[in-house]
Amino acid sequence: MLRYLTQKLITLALLLFLVSITVFSVLFVLPGDPAQIILGVNATPESLATLRADLGLDKSFMGQYGDWVAHLLTGQSQPSIHYKMPVSELILSRLTVTGPMALLAMLFAVAISLPFGIYAARNQNRPGDVTVMFFTQLGLATPEFWFGILLILLFSVQLGWFSAGGFPGWRVDFWGSLRALLLPAFALGVIRASILTRLTRSSMLEVLGEDYVRTARAKGLTERTVVYVHALRNALIPVLTIMGLQLGQLLAGAIIIENVYFLPGLGRLVFSAIGQRDLPVVRDIVLFMAAAVMLVNFVVDLAYAFVDPRIKLK
Amino acid sequence: MSASLLAIEDLSVSFHTPEGVARAVDGVSFGLDRGDSVGIVGESGCGKSVTSLSILRLIPSPPGVIESGRIRFEDRNLLELDPEDMRKIRGRDISMIFQEPMTSLNPVLPIGRQVAEPLMIHKGLTTAQALAEAAQWLDRVKIPAVRKRLGDYPHQLSGGMRQRVMIAMAMVCGPTLLIADEPTTALDVTIQAQILSLMVGLKEESGMALLLITHNLGVVAQMASRVVVMYAGQVVEEAAVADLFERPFHPYTHGLLRSMPRLGGRGGGRTERLREIPGIVPAITETLPGCRFAERCPHVFDLCRQNPPGLFAIREGQRARCFLKDYPERRRNDA
Repeated sequence: MLRYLTQKLITLALLLFLVSITVFSVLFVLPGDPAQIILGVNATPESLATLRADLGLDKSFMGQYGDWVAHLLTGQSQPSIHYKMPVSELILSRLTVTGPMALLAMLFAVAISLPFGIYAARNQNRPGDVTVMFFTQLGLATPEFWFGILLILLFSVQLGWFSAGGFPGWRVDFWGSLRALLLPAFALGVIRASILTRLTRSSMLEVLGEDYVRTARAKGLTERTVVYVHALRNALIPVLTIMGLQLGQLLAGAIIIENVYFLPGLGRLVFSAIGQRDLPVVRDIVLFMAAAVMLVNFVVDLAYAFVDPRIKLK
Repeated sequence: MSASLLAIEDLSVSFHTPEGVARAVDGVSFGLDRGDSVGIVGESGCGKSVTSLSILRLIPSPPGVIESGRIRFEDRNLLELDPEDMRKIRGRDISMIFQEPMTSLNPVLPIGRQVAEPLMIHKGLTTAQALAEAAQWLDRVKIPAVRKRLGDYPHQLSGGMRQRVMIAMAMVCGPTLLIADEPTTALDVTIQAQILSLMVGLKEESGMALLLITHNLGVVAQMASRVVVMYAGQVVEEAAVADLFERPFHPYTHGLLRSMPRLGGRGGGRTERLREIPGIVPAITETLPGCRFAERCPHVFDLCRQNPPGLFAIREGQRARCFLKDYPERRRNDA
């Protein structure tokens, strides 16, 4: 187990190093001068030069990369050009929106997909199954921002149950903040539930045809035990993989949904930072996203070993 | 038939596939007395497994449909029970062991728990009580160091050990009938012998009846007192084990016995040439007007291709589905 952990950590460090070089190179060749954007088109060449020197933009490629890595390694990230605060603080504050929203969205996705996927598998090719499959097809074809707008129209405009967007902040209004995340999380969750439902169904169908399910029936177990204890755990193994990928993706921020609901999340932060050529912010967020995806995959690996005793962590 | 435990009467099972309706089992009848052991023999696809799965109503449906017949167990027709009553019989009164110990145990549940489950569901034992009894059973089927192994998973055991676990699981509730579907086919020969002797021992101790499905006549000779031979979904011969081996009637049974390898042979030390049965089994989707074995039979004559033969009584306790009963002169001695 300890060896497994160290191995994972080394891989993580190596991958982050590669990601950092890639991100840095891409941003380095990106057209658009941050100093020009900050000072505007009427800035004098002298003031532009001063600002570039302040920002360290006059240094060579290696020099700038060295500055960045040095900052990261000492734990003090560079300040954002636009927000004038350390990027780490910026990411952390935005993560308090994106993190809970991602978890909530996955909660919705799992709560919808498992029951419907199991139901569809047990009623294969019957009307119930066909109906479920129809809606998953619809879900796969629906853009989530459009579904998000539909939800606003129904629950905010028509029924008035939720506000149409914005985020009050956890300290200011905890329940209000949770409420503000419900609709966007639901929109994200339903779309992800479509693929998970189909996956659960096909995985369950395969498992229900296995010999050990027949054994479980031959023992006289109730259909409920056969399906939920003997079959489900086996069927979940492939579903877990996709759940992990989805969660990693969601943690990286949902740019469009955050814009639809005016949420101050990671997605919107990186989106506006790119427009403002706020390079320190973009760099750090991309690096953070890579780390988040790898962390989630690591948790999925642990979950595998928990669900399937044949898998040993080595 | 007063002590009769199980009576299958005119059972027909079909599979409705896109290629057509396949009659996997066609009018099968036979019985089993309390404490008796009957073997069903036949090659792959002859309907022996489908027959045994029908008893527990475990035919996958769709596509499988039990078209007609009765399966009387004790005093009830299993085919008429509601699903809940049927479930209570499974694993308690009738248990089943399957062919593939590799795939028949759940890979993600500990073996102790899998053996304990029938006790919890049928006898209402608590988890701790059931596990304690499961441990006793695993000990009886000679799993070494049982206490340490209760939490083991199937992949940590060898094939023979897994089949022992399957047997323990089938035995825990003390069934009156054990159905074993090719219980040793997937195992090494040395392990086969161990498993068979284990089953013989358990059968003698418990007095349960045994229905053994196999394609291996050697296993039947060792385990069963009566034999049912099936071919293409039908019973073609039924006899006491000694009669079947000494005086087989049906040409198919003859063929089966001849295709069985034996050491030494009868001719004083010379090894007999192994003879296979020529031809192949007819597809079960085709309907033939006459005897299903006609195309492969060395004694075939015109009547065989025109009419389906019934089951004729050959002698006390022996029946065969063959016209040679009434036309013994048609039997060719050279074949």
